[in-house]
Amino acid sequence: MKSQKLFWPFCVLLAFALVAAACGNDDDDGGEIADCEVNQTDGNLNIFNWAEYIDEEQLAEFSEEFDVSVTMDVYDSNEAMQSIVGAGNSGYDLIVPSDYMVSILIAGESVQPLNTDAIPNIANISSDFQNLIYDPTGAYSVPYQWGTTGIAVDTEVLGTDFPRSWGLIFDPALADQHSGSISLLNDPRETIGAALMYLGYSLNSTDEDELQEATDLVAESRDRLAAFDTDSADEFLTTGETVIAHGYSGDMFTQFQETEEPSRYVYFVPEEGGTRWIDTMTIPFDAGSPCTAHTFINWLLTPEQGAALSNWNSYSTPNAAAFDGLNEELQDFLSTPGVAPLELLEEIYDTGDFEVNFSDAFIEAKG
Amino acid sequence: MSSTVQPRGATKIALSVHSWLVYIFFFAPIFVLIVFSFSDGRNVGRWGGFTLEWYQGFFDHNQIQSAVWVSIRVALLSTVISVVLGTLAALALERFKFRGRQVFDALLYLPIIIPDVTMAVMMLLFFSEFFELLDAWFNLDWQKGFGSITISHIAFNISFVSVVVRARLAGMSEVLEEAALDLYATRWKTFRYVTFPQIMPGVAAGALLALTESLDDVVVTQFAAGPGATTLPVFVFGLIRRGVTPLVNATSVLMLTASVFLVALSLAFQQFSGRGGRSLLRGGREAVSTPNNQMKKEIYQ
Amino acid sequence: MTMVTVRPEEQEAAAAATPEYEKAASRAASRRGLLLALPAYAYLVLFFAVPLGIVMIYSFATRNRFGGTDLSGWNLEAYRKLGDPIVRDILFRSLWLAILTTLICLVVSYPFAYFMATRGPVVRNVMLIFVMIPFWTNFLVRNYAWRVLLGNDGLFTNISEAIGLGERELLFTTSAVMIGLVYGSLPFMVLPLYASIERIDLSLIEASRDLYASGFQTLRRILFPLSMPGVIAGSILVFVPSLGAYVTPEILGGAKTTLLGSYIVTQFLTARNWPVGASLSFVLMAVMLVATVVYFRTGGRNL
Repeated sequence: MKSQKLFWPFCVLLAFALVAAACGNDDDDGGEIADCEVNQTDGNLNIFNWAEYIDEEQLAEFSEEFDVSVTMDVYDSNEAMQSIVGAGNSGYDLIVPSDYMVSILIAGESVQPLNTDAIPNIANISSDFQNLIYDPTGAYSVPYQWGTTGIAVDTEVLGTDFPRSWGLIFDPALADQHSGSISLLNDPRETIGAALMYLGYSLNSTDEDELQEATDLVAESRDRLAAFDTDSADEFLTTGETVIAHGYSGDMFTQFQETEEPSRYVYFVPEEGGTRWIDTMTIPFDAGSPCTAHTFINWLLTPEQGAALSNWNSYSTPNAAAFDGLNEELQDFLSTPGVAPLELLEEIYDTGDFEVNFSDAFIEAKG
Repeated sequence: MSSTVQPRGATKIALSVHSWLVYIFFFAPIFVLIVFSFSDGRNVGRWGGFTLEWYQGFFDHNQIQSAVWVSIRVALLSTVISVVLGTLAALALERFKFRGRQVFDALLYLPIIIPDVTMAVMMLLFFSEFFELLDAWFNLDWQKGFGSITISHIAFNISFVSVVVRARLAGMSEVLEEAALDLYATRWKTFRYVTFPQIMPGVAAGALLALTESLDDVVVTQFAAGPGATTLPVFVFGLIRRGVTPLVNATSVLMLTASVFLVALSLAFQQFSGRGGRSLLRGGREAVSTPNNQMKKEIYQ
Repeated sequence: MTMVTVRPEEQEAAAAATPEYEKAASRAASRRGLLLALPAYAYLVLFFAVPLGIVMIYSFATRNRFGGTDLSGWNLEAYRKLGDPIVRDILFRSLWLAILTTLICLVVSYPFAYFMATRGPVVRNVMLIFVMIPFWTNFLVRNYAWRVLLGNDGLFTNISEAIGLGERELLFTTSAVMIGLVYGSLPFMVLPLYASIERIDLSLIEASRDLYASGFQTLRRILFPLSMPGVIAGSILVFVPSLGAYVTPEILGGAKTTLLGSYIVTQFLTARNWPVGASLSFVLMAVMLVATVVYFRTGGRNL
């Protein structure tokens, strides 16, 4: 029947009309700096955040102090969050993207510039967090929490005298004896990046030959791995599933504290270099309550709230004024040599078109 | 049903042993899940001593409670609507020839075949553009949230229900329906007292399937959701990065207990209220071969 | 529910006598069918076909430097990328795993569903509900529970040690992925099988046995063909999700090989290459749709 053949073209046409009509109506209110006063509120606050990253009590405190209601939803990856916020009409006023994602959001005009006049407490941010590659002028983002990516080992198996190098994972001479008990992150940029650093290249290399070399290295190490795992790497280490784990500092610290003998495990950034990641606070382009969001950012940057945040989620704070308020275990961990050696650290940034090469390389390495 | 057609002797024993093994397989991880809900520690993989703190935690955790509540409401609403639409669709496809039937047939399979993420992305784009248009043309300020999640769930559940109901309808004899019609039953009564009881097990199975699909969905929900409308699976998925804690186990156990309780209650109620043709999961064969009096009366009046 | 209950012989007679009557009847039937289908039809057009059209449009677009999608410069680049040998390997590996999962589910579920369908009404209800109950817990924690069972101190390692197979750990192997997939899809096989076996008139089996057919012959010649619609529906409900699975392979398999599901997720959510993700989905859906229709048609003929 003729009408049946026309069904799918009809649907596509309808879809096209919808896309075109919606595009024509883009009344972007991004790009403009919100006109807000310090501590001004202009409605309720909807936060889109990583799970278990802020205490509900702390949100309730803000809600009470400024008489607005606060709702928080959670996401599990930067990319999922970016898709949702970037599509528009997400309804969120504050998001917490990681470093490289900030530059992507800025490029996609998905976030609005901050009104720094409304955030005087920005002065509390440590000088280590200025001139960041993902947001050079700091016009769009304020650091929320940060940490490093490195290696954690079980000293009961490795002893205390092991080389502090990515070679523990990539060098057959060091790694073969622990075959089947090693885990790498299931993340193209982190894992290919670790191999690049082991080879002496930059984490953000966009050289195809260097990438190929790193891909081959990961592919050769694959048979020694228990798993590529981002979410449970810390847990595998302390349950004995692995003895060498590629992972994030904060996760490792939290996990070590869970065991009866935290000193049995050691976390360090290898001497070839590691990643410094920074999660930030930014405001979506179509936020409904941008001023409340500014007020929240400013409030969270006070020394007391900054310390409370870190003490609850166990990650390091970029807030220099808050450091003294951190609990003792966290202060000890953060000042341990090798946990956060700024001179060895590099941030991951968006490489544009080359991101596809990283993702393809990782799939190739896995086979 | 005469007992002679039931499997006997060795066959019966083998079948029953097999069924027990299947149940052990089904419940082994559930057992682990329950045990770890009492574990004192953040890990779901290492036993840390007995505690009830996670159950306490559930009642203190507003976010997880609201997530459970949203999940349940979405699951029930989307199941009810998709069961009605899906069953009608199955009837139309199995029993009628109509214009556009083939296209409809294909369209009905797509939600099952489409990869999760693709459906998620497509619903995201659709809702954000659809709402933008509504805003521009009619000044309607609609937000993604409970409604858009439910709409997306219905969109895939219609297909799951109709596949199961069609499996039931396919090849089912139409003799009884013809007989009822020949005996001057109205079409509605024929459907109500002949067709419906016969397809009931299929409808019930479809409903259970839809309920499960809805309770398990993560990606589509995440992309169709808006502020304040997080379902349990989306919340739990978010927890992955910091490690899923026994809080989720405790929540699961509480939901499990509640559903077992509800099921037991409804079974008891069915037993209590007699063996009417309304028993939820009862097969059509008995319902038809032992029609109750009211049914006879209404059909033949 | 056939409203036009015209038997063939009647039909012929009617056609010969009054062709108008036959036409009118078939028109009426067509109208009723459409009317029944309409709510679901309209719903799916608005909330599925149109959104699908949007993704279709995206599949011909280009990824821009920042991982957004530029809706201009239409091309087939994304489809061309699917010819990559790596995509082919992933496809075959995933197909193999999905077929195996479907077969195992069928073999495990069939006797179970048959046993269930031959119980009394109360037992049957209870059995059915107890199939579903485990699946009302959270999907992720179920997978984590399997991790505990299959891990280095888990039940399976202890059993294999006890029966002298040595310390064999299943976690992070393909077997672990298989177990996880079978576990996750079993109810999707059991439900349609149950719905269609329950319908079969069991006196046919009795008749077959009375005529000295063996149990196996009865199964092969009577029971199985009659339950074919359930077998087909169940196979599709198991096969399709297994082909697209990505959470279970990552949790239980350690993400050491890439399967189709995670490849698509990677395209959308890691590489942020929506055109490739979309085009791959379309190719996959087209293949599956054709396979499904063919499977149904041949299955239907075997009835």
